[in-house]
Amino acid sequence: MPHDHHDHDHDHGSELDDMTARVMALETLLTEKGIVQPAALDAIIETYETQVGPRRGAEVVARAWTDPDFRDWLEKDATAAIASMDYTGRQGEHMMAVFNTPERHNMVVCTLCSCYPWAVLGLPPVWYKSTPYRARAVREPRAVLAEFGVTLPEGQSVRVWDSTAEMRYLVVPMRPEGTEAMTREQLIDLVTRDSMIGTGLPLSPGASA
Amino acid sequence: MTACDIPALPRIPGITGSDTEPRFHAPWQARAFALVVSLHEAGAFSWTDWAAAFGARLGRDTALPSAATTEDHAAQYFTAWLATLEDFLNRDGSAPAPAVDAAAAQWQRAARATPHGTPVLYERGAAETG
Repeated sequence: MPHDHHDHDHDHGSELDDMTARVMALETLLTEKGIVQPAALDAIIETYETQVGPRRGAEVVARAWTDPDFRDWLEKDATAAIASMDYTGRQGEHMMAVFNTPERHNMVVCTLCSCYPWAVLGLPPVWYKSTPYRARAVREPRAVLAEFGVTLPEGQSVRVWDSTAEMRYLVVPMRPEGTEAMTREQLIDLVTRDSMIGTGLPLSPGASA
Repeated sequence: MTACDIPALPRIPGITGSDTEPRFHAPWQARAFALVVSLHEAGAFSWTDWAAAFGARLGRDTALPSAATTEDHAAQYFTAWLATLEDFLNRDGSAPAPAVDAAAAQWQRAARATPHGTPVLYERGAAETG
């Protein structure tokens, strides 16, 4: 991380950059008032840096590929189906699963800010939060997909879903061909983060790490 | 409409194709993120209100040049995040802007007064005035 070290003059201390100083100031004031606890902040960071990530979403997708009842449930009520796997959002948001088909590819954006299904994908990558993606995903999804190296067949349309604070989307990609003999555990490794945002496709069998 | 109708669109930064990009690009970004999550869970504001204010603040940012790096975009994003948080806390009185300015200045003094390799203590910034 770029701001860990500021200055290597051992006698004269170091300079804090403004952003660091302001965040420390907020934490100090709110801690003094008992509104936040530093240990709770540590725990939140630890959770999102190491525990909550796209593996959870991949488990949901692989289960939908292998369990027709779960797939139906996910389609009808994704919030409940995902909560049944103990993955619930911290912001009380609703989840909707959108299924790719040969006729339609789904892609997710938040044009307003960065609403994203944290509970199943972790925190969004920088590009998802950046102005170019937010501005372009709706306007020219195929050009955006091309930048991600994805070219869709002509007959497949693209539907772009705009997330909000209340509604988050999980793309369920199509199960890759040649995976009929694979177990659910093996399938999980094929489901990339980007394939659940709709800016990528699942890996082919043999291509996963 | 084709892409050619929209000239000079910046390419999307930070496409790595991997799921392993760092969640935060500086420690202060992680801390600012955790403050908002913690305050929301304590009932300080609804997530709907947060997203609306944050989105409005992001919308006022000028677009970064296309040469901007992923780190630049992360910094711009979390700068807006922090500004939104400061607005909320100033308005509800839990961290008025003058108090934040004073505490930030005290942390700066504390850092300058602390030899490298020693933990920076907030108290160390208090003695000096001005």
